[in-house]
Amino acid sequence: MAAKTLIIDGKAVSAEEGATVLQVARDNNVAIPTLCHLEGVYDVGACRLCLVEVAGSTKLQPACTTKISEGMNIQTNSDRLRKYRRLTLELLFAERNHVCAVCVSNGHCELQTLAYSLGLDHVRYDYVFPKWKVDVTHRLFGMDHNRCILCTRCVRVCWHIEGAGTKNVAGRGATARIISDLDQPWGDSESCTECGKCVMACPTGALFHKGATAGEMEHDRDKLEFIVNAREKQQWLP
Amino acid sequence: MKLRVATVWLGGCSGCHMSFLDMDEFLIELAGLIDLVYSPVIDVKEFPEAVDVCLIEGAVCNEDNLEILRKIRERTKVLVSFGDCAVTGNVPAMRNPFGPDNRENVLQRAYVENARNNPGVPKADGIVPRLLEQVVPVHEAVYVEYYLPGCPPPAARIKEVLVQIINGQAPLLTGPQLKFG
Amino acid sequence: MQLDDLKALVAKHIGARKKIVLRTCMSAGCMSSQADVIKRNLEAEVKAQGREAEVEVRRVGCMGFCGQGPLIGVDGLSAKEKLFEFVKPTDAPAIVASLQGAACDVQVGNPDHPFFARQMRIVRANGGIVDPERIEDYLAVGGYQALHQVLTEMQPSEVVDEITTSGLRGRGGAGFPTGLKWGTVAKSAGAKKYVVCNGDEGDPGAFMDRSVLESDPHIVLEGMAIAAYAVGADQGFLYVRAEYPLAISRLQTAIKQAKALGLLGGGIFESPFNFNIDIRIGAGAFVCGEETALMASVEGKRGTPRPRPPFPAESGLWGCPTLINNVETFANITAIINRGGAWYAGIGTEKSKGTKVFALTGKIKNNGLIEVPMGIPLRQIVEEMGGGAPAGGHIKSVQTGGPSGGCIPAAYLDTPVDYESLTKLGSIMGSGGMVVMDDATNMVEIAKFYMEFCMEESCGKCIPCRAGTAQMFHLLEKITQRRGTARDLAKLEELCDMVRHTSLCGLGQTAPNPVASTLKFFRSEYEALLQPDPFGPRPSVTTQSAEPVTL
Repeated sequence: MAAKTLIIDGKAVSAEEGATVLQVARDNNVAIPTLCHLEGVYDVGACRLCLVEVAGSTKLQPACTTKISEGMNIQTNSDRLRKYRRLTLELLFAERNHVCAVCVSNGHCELQTLAYSLGLDHVRYDYVFPKWKVDVTHRLFGMDHNRCILCTRCVRVCWHIEGAGTKNVAGRGATARIISDLDQPWGDSESCTECGKCVMACPTGALFHKGATAGEMEHDRDKLEFIVNAREKQQWLP
Repeated sequence: MKLRVATVWLGGCSGCHMSFLDMDEFLIELAGLIDLVYSPVIDVKEFPEAVDVCLIEGAVCNEDNLEILRKIRERTKVLVSFGDCAVTGNVPAMRNPFGPDNRENVLQRAYVENARNNPGVPKADGIVPRLLEQVVPVHEAVYVEYYLPGCPPPAARIKEVLVQIINGQAPLLTGPQLKFG
Repeated sequence: MQLDDLKALVAKHIGARKKIVLRTCMSAGCMSSQADVIKRNLEAEVKAQGREAEVEVRRVGCMGFCGQGPLIGVDGLSAKEKLFEFVKPTDAPAIVASLQGAACDVQVGNPDHPFFARQMRIVRANGGIVDPERIEDYLAVGGYQALHQVLTEMQPSEVVDEITTSGLRGRGGAGFPTGLKWGTVAKSAGAKKYVVCNGDEGDPGAFMDRSVLESDPHIVLEGMAIAAYAVGADQGFLYVRAEYPLAISRLQTAIKQAKALGLLGGGIFESPFNFNIDIRIGAGAFVCGEETALMASVEGKRGTPRPRPPFPAESGLWGCPTLINNVETFANITAIINRGGAWYAGIGTEKSKGTKVFALTGKIKNNGLIEVPMGIPLRQIVEEMGGGAPAGGHIKSVQTGGPSGGCIPAAYLDTPVDYESLTKLGSIMGSGGMVVMDDATNMVEIAKFYMEFCMEESCGKCIPCRAGTAQMFHLLEKITQRRGTARDLAKLEELCDMVRHTSLCGLGQTAPNPVASTLKFFRSEYEALLQPDPFGPRPSVTTQSAEPVTL
């Protein structure tokens, strides 16, 4: 693998060919916000928070799926990007019913953390207040669609780490939603192995262990990366 | 002349005011720095004129909330949305997803379906304020200058904002101090 | 089958033709007005009047003048074609009798009308002339000769060069140079390659591709086969939306016929070249017209777009190099091979070559399909060919490019219709929808209509498109219901910028265009709907405090 040199936020860095902008940025302690990215599963470029400016390109590129190239000059934190990121979060908060105060993930939520990290102190857009259901038919887990941001991490870990293929996406636009099997109650799913990886992967309080109350749900995302590294790289010592 | 400060309690649980009281000994110091001219913790019936700063707890839930809020806005230089209900609608707004007739439904549920004695929705025009169709955060009803989120905002966060205001600075919260919830 | 065998087949087919041909349009538009009954009645009437020896009734595809349908063209009666308009099933006896000079009160159209006269038909050359369900008809107009020529006389790279010379650009909307795309796929390494035809036409008011598929399916199949030879593919997929059942059934017939004659399948024209085409039917999602979503759908997955790069030319279907072109793009190929890239490049403007098919609809006298050379002024299309607005109205604006396009105000009607000029005006060429609006049209309502479309068709994958279009629709609804304020308008403009620059695929990136272009040209219509801010101006309260809290 050939090494490539590039510039991130004015700093010259080198990295292996084939790496993504996000990997290289994180290796060099440049924080780029992400929501749909999850170590251990492939990227989909859906949340658009990791968009960066690449000199010479008029289009913003998602850091998670953009491969580095020689001489690339990347800006990760311009005023424009910060504005778009705040707007993206405002849209997310307005879209469903994110009530941090009574959420199982309060204090351990990636959406909440990103909001304050990016200086979001209120949402200027009208809240949509859609009516979503909570699926608590499963023996161990619950799914609250009010808190789902459709990052599809649960879908990806279910298909590509666990290989069960229980979780999926149905519907379009604002009615898009995570489903179990053929849009059945989760508790009726015959494919679900009850492994709990989807719950570990969830960035918000949408997926939770039954019995967890406000602020008690802590997701164990590192475990997923551990499983993947153990399987693919035969590395299981920390 | 000391700053004329008010606090008000709209549709919320009063937790933000409890947290305000949690500033403990700083309250003594604060008393020397500001005039508290209107608040649930002092006995003033009418919102006064010419107020410098008002902290507003709670979402805008009923006609009474809206009326006093508009009066506050007319008489106050700087409004601070105080706590998540004021900033986002928070728990009081959880009736909104139940659609346009949610106010009838929540009253039915509370006063009829769950009533042990004397079921019936209380109605007394001029005394019991009517619920608004939708609960809205304060900034959807009037201009708001600053936001102090949290459910409730911890006492240290409230103190931070007040100190900045007393020092004549625009209050600036960053990082985890802006955390919702 | 060899070329000579084909020629013999064609000679036999032509020999069996009769003197007078009644061409009955059997495209979806005329079919919805009982064209099938009309054709049956005509056939019965020819028999009843004893004219079977001289008169044949032929099923043909779209003649273009859809607003005047059902249409029947008559050949062989006089030097000039005769055209009956607004035909009813009960008109059959009169029409057949009129062939012997009897009086007939069915409305007769003018084949010299600018609607026809100003057209230049390449893609639609056979529309309304050949029977789309008989391959012999297509062969009789020279069909599959381009494929034969390519397979027997040209190297694949020469085919790519010919297309590059022609200057043809993708007709699906983005206008990417077709030759460059073919060249990239040809050069991409891969044991397996695919050719995909995008027939998921979904813009409101657009029906160009449907008409081509229904009227002349073989021209698309032949174009795909030539492309497959040029890029080294042996498998093709034709992705057609399920809402086009007639197109699908005619394509199935066409593929079966082409296979039977050895024009598709293994060893085409007895050469080593193999090419199969399978049809994939879309399930109703607009976003599947986006190429990466379309590929996901062909693979049997949920039709959602993915970030590019990698582009399909490098990594497409199942990770293999894949060529994706639109129906109309493929329909241009045979003409370019038959008549040469240089001939094609002589049509149109410097950067936009050839012709473009438009579906002319809306507040206009003459509705239908037209094919015009690139660079024709918009005014010629809407005023001369389209006949202007219906009685009493004036043209206010022309919407091009569907939900990704914009509204061009009447003041710019002299703009030449080419990729660059339309983009400069904040619209796009798009796939060819052209909706005319008159002065009774409220432009804010139009913007809202398109935004609602995008909101409902967003796949839901990326946040700006999913939640951004929903907020934009909400703001437009507020404004049209006279509940919006200047602050709402500012938010709408902020979202126009954000959704355009941050969405994952073309659907979201172009969704703000109808709003942005109407805001640019018709801003006063928005402002007229705005309400005074219920907050009033920000209050200025005088207090006695020293100086702090100006804040």
